[in-house]
Amino acid sequence: MASAKRIMADLRLFGRGYLRNRVGLFFGLIFPVILILIFGAIFSGGSSGTITVYVQNQDAGQISTSFVDVLNSTGTVRVVLVSTSENFSQYLSVHSASDGMTIPADFSSNYMAGNPVNVTVYGNPSSSSSAVVSGTVTGVANVFNLRHYNGSMIIGLTQTTVNAQVYKYVDFLIPGLIGFSILVSPMFSLVNISSEYKKTKLFKQLSLTPLSKIEWLASKVLWYILLSALSFLLMVAVGVLAFGAYVTLTLWLIPFLVLGPMLFSSLGMLVGTVTRSTETASLVGQVITFPMMFLAGTFFPISLMPIYLQSFAHILPLFYIVEGLNAVMIYGNYGQAVIDLVVVTAITIIVFVAAAKLFKWRED
Amino acid sequence: MIPVEISSVTKSYGDLKAVNGVSFSVSEGEVFALLGPNGAGKTTLIEILEGLRKRDSGAVKVLGLDPWENGYVLHRRIGVIPQDFTFFDKATPWEALKYYADLFGVSVNPDEILKEVLLEGSASVLFENLSSGQKQKMGLALSLVNSPELLFLDEPTTGLDPNARRAIWDVIRGLKNKDKTVILTTHYLDEAQQLSDRVAIMNHGNIVAMGTSDEIIEAYGSGERLEIHGTEELASYVRANTDLKVEYKGKGLIGIALNRKIDALTALAAVKQSGLDWGEIHTRRDSLDDVFVKLVRGTMDAQGEIKAENNGDNSTDRRRR
Repeated sequence: MASAKRIMADLRLFGRGYLRNRVGLFFGLIFPVILILIFGAIFSGGSSGTITVYVQNQDAGQISTSFVDVLNSTGTVRVVLVSTSENFSQYLSVHSASDGMTIPADFSSNYMAGNPVNVTVYGNPSSSSSAVVSGTVTGVANVFNLRHYNGSMIIGLTQTTVNAQVYKYVDFLIPGLIGFSILVSPMFSLVNISSEYKKTKLFKQLSLTPLSKIEWLASKVLWYILLSALSFLLMVAVGVLAFGAYVTLTLWLIPFLVLGPMLFSSLGMLVGTVTRSTETASLVGQVITFPMMFLAGTFFPISLMPIYLQSFAHILPLFYIVEGLNAVMIYGNYGQAVIDLVVVTAITIIVFVAAAKLFKWRED
Repeated sequence: MIPVEISSVTKSYGDLKAVNGVSFSVSEGEVFALLGPNGAGKTTLIEILEGLRKRDSGAVKVLGLDPWENGYVLHRRIGVIPQDFTFFDKATPWEALKYYADLFGVSVNPDEILKEVLLEGSASVLFENLSSGQKQKMGLALSLVNSPELLFLDEPTTGLDPNARRAIWDVIRGLKNKDKTVILTTHYLDEAQQLSDRVAIMNHGNIVAMGTSDEIIEAYGSGERLEIHGTEELASYVRANTDLKVEYKGKGLIGIALNRKIDALTALAAVKQSGLDWGEIHTRRDSLDDVFVKLVRGTMDAQGEIKAENNGDNSTDRRRR
């Protein structure tokens, strides 16, 4: 019979030891917050985010100047004029730039005369910014074409946003990094201690006390649930205060914050149990953890990844936790959250039972 | 009740017979030592008794229970220090005792137990900062939390300096005075001799001798002998001029077996008659050490590894006797 008193006794001893270990504390609590600060700063502040386009205007006329002004005023690109004395291709390569445009010398006169005339857009097909540049230039050119024929705008565009909320990168980063910390801290810690205690025979010693292995595992799971909750509050506070992140706090978060640490504590335990040496355990732990750390939607949404990697992400348990956290914290999509919860619950039960069954205090 | 009673216990790891048909019983209040070199099977045997390992065959009753089947019940009644005792690095002895007390559901005064094992000065030092001797004392302290009827101490002083060893011995003597039954494994002969009521010498999974130190020496020792410091020439002279069994043991030492006390006078008369130089003279009996060397066919180094007869003439002679 499991005893709450023994679980609490073990939890107290383990927790106190954990808090005394500065390295563990750093990686468990502080490191994810630092990641939020770093990634949040990289992607959400400072730079205008517009694309720099180098323009060489070989035409002295009014139309070409006005063309450049309109292009600059779109807000999408920032025009930097290049003197006509420069070799334009060479200039781009010297400035490590790929986006540029040249306007030919006879641009204004041809435009006035109604003769076809081309501007040349330079770009790198593999770069997404080049597509933006050519799209923008095409748009500006269309405006000029219409104007020339005194055409009035027949098809206009009214902009509206799909959702009341415009999501920033940091909004996705917070659920992602909560998932990251739910994964990393319990997983690495349990892989390490379960193989280490086996090696130093600490498990054997514990088996000589009334503490059962289920009670031991339960106390570890409880500890990492507490730690994840604390880590969650810290990350949300930093995200909201430092970057004005958009976060919904709801009771729906609780099952994810409970099941996640339970899943990865048990998985770490399982790895430490089935491997023979601490070295193998740590290697296997890393092989399992690293793909999840980066590919489960932690640092960026998986929709940015190629299709085959997206399919791969679906076999990673952390994916369902991060997807669920996104559904709950950002989109308010509770249907999705229920599906993710079912998947996570199933995986957690399987892993927990396997860990508890295979984990042995004593040897035959 | 007889605390420990085992018969014909065996345990093999593949082809290696770690325990090969061992039988003995330990009575209440007794300190029983399993003495033997590394690899003799001591730890395997003691772990079978503790319920940490499953035996292949044989009967085992510890406090009337089968340790493998009833380990959970048994563990509440025994105290154990495993070999190379270790604990959580970031816990102090005081916290460890409190932890064990909570696990066993008993209320103890940690300070009292720490005093009993002479560790009261380090109650709040983290385990990782304790010396090996202090760690071992903490192990002893933990094994006492549940007021066990029976204690298993697996090599409690291995790797400790002489002072730390003596401190542990004092603690174990204190347990004996409280009428605790103790089973102890060791590869230190002096430890077995100093602490235990009875010794079982184990080698290659078998018990090769068992009894009190005196009984073992009586049964396997070679009786009293006269030892004289002198040359090989003197040894030959005495051998030629008496009926006595004379051995030159090398390094200027002559051994003469004494079947009767009077043989000593015969030997000394011959020595005087020879006119040769002789030095120190005394009689001695085999120690447990001598018997051990004879029984396990080698001597042990401080780590408990057997050094097979490489001591020159000395041990070769001992073996021939």
